[in-house]
Amino acid sequence: MALLSFERKYRVRGGTLIGGDLFDFWVGPFYVGFFGVTTAFFAALGTALILYGAAIGPTWNIWQISIAPPDLSYGLALAPLKQGGLWQIITVCALGAFISWALREVEICRKLGIGYHVPFAFSFAIFAYATLVVFRPLLLGAWGNGFPYGIFSHLDWVSNVGYQYLHFHYNPAHMIAVSFFFTTTFALSLHGGLILSAANPGAALDEPGQQAEVKTPEYEDTFFRDIIGYSIGTLGIHRLGLILALNAGFWSAVCIIISGPFWNKGWPQWWSWWLELPIWR
Amino acid sequence: MKLWLPFAASAGALLTIASFVGAGWDAPPVASEQIGFRGTGMVHHRDIESEAALRQANVVPQAPWQADPAGDKAGTLYQNVQVLGDLSDDQFNQFMASITEWVAPETGCNYCHNPENMASDEIYQKVVARRMIQMTQAINVDWKPHVAETGVTCYTCHRGKHIPAAIWSASLEPKPAGNMTQNRQGQNVVADYAGKSSLPQNALMDYLLGDQPIRVHSTTALPTGTNHAGTKETEHTWALMMHMSESLGVNCVTCHNSRAFNDWDQSPPQRVTAWHGIKMARYLNTNYMEGLTPVFPANRKGPEGDVLKIGCATCHNGVQKPLYGVSMLKDYVAAMTVKGSTEVPDFTTYVPGKTQVLGGPPPTQ
Repeated sequence: MALLSFERKYRVRGGTLIGGDLFDFWVGPFYVGFFGVTTAFFAALGTALILYGAAIGPTWNIWQISIAPPDLSYGLALAPLKQGGLWQIITVCALGAFISWALREVEICRKLGIGYHVPFAFSFAIFAYATLVVFRPLLLGAWGNGFPYGIFSHLDWVSNVGYQYLHFHYNPAHMIAVSFFFTTTFALSLHGGLILSAANPGAALDEPGQQAEVKTPEYEDTFFRDIIGYSIGTLGIHRLGLILALNAGFWSAVCIIISGPFWNKGWPQWWSWWLELPIWR
Repeated sequence: MKLWLPFAASAGALLTIASFVGAGWDAPPVASEQIGFRGTGMVHHRDIESEAALRQANVVPQAPWQADPAGDKAGTLYQNVQVLGDLSDDQFNQFMASITEWVAPETGCNYCHNPENMASDEIYQKVVARRMIQMTQAINVDWKPHVAETGVTCYTCHRGKHIPAAIWSASLEPKPAGNMTQNRQGQNVVADYAGKSSLPQNALMDYLLGDQPIRVHSTTALPTGTNHAGTKETEHTWALMMHMSESLGVNCVTCHNSRAFNDWDQSPPQRVTAWHGIKMARYLNTNYMEGLTPVFPANRKGPEGDVLKIGCATCHNGVQKPLYGVSMLKDYVAAMTVKGSTEVPDFTTYVPGKTQVLGGPPPTQ
């Protein structure tokens, strides 16, 4: 991609966390940096190991390739490469790549002198992944509690882990997480719709055949004040969107980390505390 | 004044505290059991402390003494012995001593017997006990696909109580208000027999007494018009499955790989044992419990007036293999592992306090 003339202004030296000027350069459109190198290293190694795992596995069917974690009997020890060791190394590579990517975002933020909101947000996704394959397996005492790396196989894992607790929809944190996911998409669709409606006003009412003027945020605010009595505002909607989305990821991590380490019966039975409240017990 | 804010915050805080304090969370470590291939998520995590408590609560009692199989038969020594007549005198008395410990350790012999006339059937508990002995024998002889050689005794269910702790009966409370609310399909209340979920509360009636089809799973990826089960039927099946999981202290993946609930090839072998168990519970309820309805007084029936029935928990009591798979049969070979008379008396003719002999050959004296 060609470098636009005004972009040079923003491509400044410095802001690196590690490596000083050594990796402070761009390759085409991409900033590299020390963490760009580590991202590339971990991503390439992890992908190569996944390909190796597929090669020694029973199928090249893209849907059915699966790199499974070790048996529970290995506990928190290292497993032989073909009995889950691959999964362990790939997990290290994945975390290395994800965290490097977040730190590369931090370096770019420092160069631009902007806040760390994007890497902060991405860290929630990393946190959710680490919860699934590191924190929860640590609490349960075996790496085998991580999920397998395969398109169908990880879905089967999700299904079976849900049914370990009889009815996962009764998991309170799952309820909160799902509500945040729905609310996130709801807020995004309202926001997207509102912006597009202001930018595409359609035909002018008073001048037949003419496009109406593109409207300003005051019109957007007025729309919501008219319909629900309140507008969160142009900046506020993005704060709200970020908070909703991060909560969705955060409570997802909570809902899985409590399943097993802190609760091992059916989730419907968890609600006994509600049934036994002194108000109606 | 915006008073709703502090009220809402306090209520939220109180509920949060209640859910932390009252829910009975378990702290790691846990005991994990891998059921399927690694990475399939077919794992069962158990609370170590409550597992230890379950083990303590599920220990088999020792037999009072080793019975001598020699000597005259109980049927010739005593009056009105209809089912256990082939036991030796010593076997008979050893079994009577045991059943007292199993079912009525505090009330003793008189729970079933009139001490003035031990042969009399005038106490209804004796009539029930005789039928239950027939049932236990039938389980041990005819239902080996479910109980294997471990078998069951009265203790498997009774555990020293007159009525086994985990029984069930028709569950219709609270009754709908009527009019537009009259049919909630048994849902949206706390289903005591479906793991305290809001699934259909009375589903056991359909499957452990009736024989409604349990299989709701389509066997093809796309609809073919042959499977008419919808969400309603599926939730009924799910309620039964909740009952089974709760009863055995297991989870869904103990018997199923949830990627294809229906597929036997992908299911753990425990599913076969469970399949026979459903058939067995249904058989016992229809052939043994239902028939006894006229004998039981009202206070021994469920809130809807139906007889108390057998579910999976009745024997299992929260354990996958009742009493952790320890068999008691070796001490009660003659009483519990062969069938005595299988004759069923006409229970509708029973009059408590009056009937001296119900069924069997007429008294010889």
